[in-house]
Amino acid sequence: MAEQPFMSEEEARRITDRVLSLSQADHCRVNLTSAMDGNTRFARNQMSTSGDITNSNLTVTSAFGQRVASSTTNRFDDASLEQVVRTSEELARLAPEDPEYMGEMGSQTYPNTRGSYYESTAELEPEERARAIAQVTEQAVAEDLISTGFLVHRSGATCVATSEGLFAYGLDSRVNFTTTVRTEDGTGSGWSGTSVNDWNDLNTSELGSIAVQKAIQSREPRDVEPGRWTVVMEPTAVGNMVNLMMNQLAARAADEGRSFFSAPGGGNKIGEQFIDSRVNIHSDPEDPSIYSTPFNNSGLPNRRTIWVRDGTLQELNYDRYWAQHNDREPTGFPSGWYMAGGSDTLEEMIASTERGLLLTRFWYIRSVDPRTILFTGLTRDGTFLIENGRITHPVKNLRWNETPIFMLNNIEMMGAPVRISSGESAGLTPAVVVPPLKVRDFTFTSISDAI
Amino acid sequence: MKRREFLRHSAVAAAGLSVVGHPDALHGILSPTAYSPVVGRSDRRALAMRALEAARSAGADYADVRINTNRNQGIQTRERRVTGLSDNVTSGFGVRVLVDGTWGFAASGSATPDEVVRVARQAVAQARANRAAQRQPVELAPTPVEPDGVWRSPIRTDPFDIPIEQKVEYLFGANEAAMGVAGVRFVNSSMFFLREDKFYANSEGTVTDQTIFRTYPTMNVTAVSDDNSDFQSRSSTDIAPMGLGYEHVVDSDMVRLAPRFAEEAVQKLSARSVDPGEYDLVLLPTHLWLTIHEAIAHPTELDRIMGFEANYAGTSFIYPLEEFLGQFRYGPEFMNVVGERSTPGALSTVGWDDEGVRPQDYHIVKDGFLNDLQTTREQALWLEDWYRSQGRETRSHGNSYAQSWADVQFQRMPNINLEPYPDRDVSVDELVEGIDRGIMIDGSGSFSIDQQRYNSQYGGQVFYEIRNGRVTGMLRDVAYQIRTPEFWNAMDLCGGPSTYFLGGAFGDAKGQPAQSNAITHGCPATRHRNVTVINTARSV
Repeated sequence: MAEQPFMSEEEARRITDRVLSLSQADHCRVNLTSAMDGNTRFARNQMSTSGDITNSNLTVTSAFGQRVASSTTNRFDDASLEQVVRTSEELARLAPEDPEYMGEMGSQTYPNTRGSYYESTAELEPEERARAIAQVTEQAVAEDLISTGFLVHRSGATCVATSEGLFAYGLDSRVNFTTTVRTEDGTGSGWSGTSVNDWNDLNTSELGSIAVQKAIQSREPRDVEPGRWTVVMEPTAVGNMVNLMMNQLAARAADEGRSFFSAPGGGNKIGEQFIDSRVNIHSDPEDPSIYSTPFNNSGLPNRRTIWVRDGTLQELNYDRYWAQHNDREPTGFPSGWYMAGGSDTLEEMIASTERGLLLTRFWYIRSVDPRTILFTGLTRDGTFLIENGRITHPVKNLRWNETPIFMLNNIEMMGAPVRISSGESAGLTPAVVVPPLKVRDFTFTSISDAI
Repeated sequence: MKRREFLRHSAVAAAGLSVVGHPDALHGILSPTAYSPVVGRSDRRALAMRALEAARSAGADYADVRINTNRNQGIQTRERRVTGLSDNVTSGFGVRVLVDGTWGFAASGSATPDEVVRVARQAVAQARANRAAQRQPVELAPTPVEPDGVWRSPIRTDPFDIPIEQKVEYLFGANEAAMGVAGVRFVNSSMFFLREDKFYANSEGTVTDQTIFRTYPTMNVTAVSDDNSDFQSRSSTDIAPMGLGYEHVVDSDMVRLAPRFAEEAVQKLSARSVDPGEYDLVLLPTHLWLTIHEAIAHPTELDRIMGFEANYAGTSFIYPLEEFLGQFRYGPEFMNVVGERSTPGALSTVGWDDEGVRPQDYHIVKDGFLNDLQTTREQALWLEDWYRSQGRETRSHGNSYAQSWADVQFQRMPNINLEPYPDRDVSVDELVEGIDRGIMIDGSGSFSIDQQRYNSQYGGQVFYEIRNGRVTGMLRDVAYQIRTPEFWNAMDLCGGPSTYFLGGAFGDAKGQPAQSNAITHGCPATRHRNVTVINTARSV
């Protein structure tokens, strides 16, 4: 491995050992992140702003009995290390006792996720970013279109060490690329994007071509009536929705009666079939398609977890305290997830649709009612009418009020899962792999004039 | 940076400079060891000059540098337990350069003499890498040089001086007060404090040194029905974050308000579910600030109007400019919207923005018409024709901001306020009296708006039915949907100065990588006719 632009395991161990040796607390945990971030934005077919950032952060958590507090610094000289330890200790001494503090963990074994680090990404320079972006801007210029977008990458290390002898070090590199291409007259807009770990897997030319085509095809959209529609959802739109459900998997909130996953009368919905029996969702830090951190902040291993099997809730996210309280094993929470699909292609979904909408992605997705995981948001950057098995024309964007629970109960067809750019801001979000879906009765409540 | 260099930088971070303890660390519960050393003022100036010189000799036509230390403290509780207690410091610097009209930016957490030179050169090299594709070079509007600007948030009590025990006791007091209400099952509360020491210098000779504070007390109360089949929450959105000190916690009166938040959460469980349809709305300022944020403040950002944010935040319905500036009727004649960074205690208030410009107060909407837009130095020049036609000077409004040393500065909204009714002090009662069938909304809730800021939907904290000029009972499951131009033109009256309130929030996202901004919007209560209301309840 070439020299890294961030802390090696040896260096992380030296620093965490130093911090632990300074600790006077009953228990001490050190969390260390060290990364090199790079990004380039483009707008109006040229670069707008860029950034290259070098930084490391160290958080010390100190506990005296059940009294706990933490402090963070990004300075690593001896005086600063001493200071961050003392600050956390002084705060901890003043904190009330936390009956739920579980102490720190000893040595653990972790999944092997070394494969999620790629030198191709770690060595990425601004010149190469600019060349990759030119693959998009040149296509846009050739078609008299306006391209904008964002390329961001991070390569770095995450480390946890405790006074009880735990030491965990993980390496990771990630890239996210998205582009929005608009027409000069402002009546059309197309989008595409994805995320990868290995820079060599990113094909900006292909993504640019998709966005260019969508921009051209979406010109001069017509109105359709809001209401319940059959929708063919591209994978990004599916991921935008299913993410909302995956963020609600906390066991405690369910058991406390303030979650969709609360069972009426008490407890939670584990073991209950709550969505279509074709839905299967899992996380696995070792799966190359959905790499994620092999441990959480406390050093707890993130393991392969099946959340939904054949439409039945298999597991919720138990932290250490809630697991002990319920006499279960803590689950960890791998950030990435994989939703299995089917064999239908997007073309077959369109061909089988008498009247429906093809959706590219969603925007400004916000919670409306947590009891049903009801969210609102809008379609964006490529919304088309399907009539008699083919795309007939672009339509204006629509506001929806819908829940992933309804959506995953109304599945008609499923395609092959692909990796997406899952976050609205196109940052370095967890790896998400989802299929395209055809879904009936998706609820749109109003029309939007936004292009 | 190579690993060996990193090791060296870590080791010399203190040795390379004379590191001084922060004066504030000598006060209060946190002992002298509690505040990480920051680079002293004279050292910051020397480092900044070194960075600017390195950028210049590497070929930059313009450069600026920000050397920041941010300290924050957070305390989170639920019921009778502290769930989080932390005190964090991050320091570092960012260098921004212009090379032949192309931007470059690089940043590092290690403010040493060698590292500022490396990073300044890195920023220049990055600008060169981006220059090949440049079609329109960046130019900056002129701004007066400020050689030695000093500014500090107008705080009365430094929040970092207040003992932790006192803060925890305050939150526990609020939690206890809420838990005393029958039907309440959960209470979360928190306090967040920020101190930002921001040193700025540019190659034109401007040097500013600012100390910025932010304080945010908050709570959320959840009531659950006896059979676990339903739950409702009430958040303390009436208590805004402010650019003030600990006095804002005391003045927020959260302990006294907690029982009301709790009672309202319980009442929501049995409130009547709204019938969807058209209603007249009375929007209290605790709610309205967020609608102003989404439907006035964001669409008047000039960078998004011109397409620079199209890939994320979006563009704006305000385009092309010549058809909107001075032409577009945003709302009624009494509608005036002002952008400013001068209101004491508001979150955007500063002495100079993040490119050394002293901010202006300016009318975004004047007498109902769109009058001006939010700008930085780069953007002000795009409005030169409009300003010339108005006999106005072309200058930045001072709306540049970066969330930290590690992020490049760009256009972010100032405090943007809807002014109260100009002629008399209209009361909320008067707004209600004029309504046959309506809803009054208190507190901000769910919000979502499209990427050109036409279509948006808002919830709230508490909803009251209005019948025949009187508030009757509580409603729930309410959200209203608007189209921006119609909504503001459907405002037929707004409250006077006695209804005026400064609302706001942390966490307003824009840019890529997304940067978080803290926002304040002052406003009175308003009344809007015939707005579409939907029912958000579903049964699963």
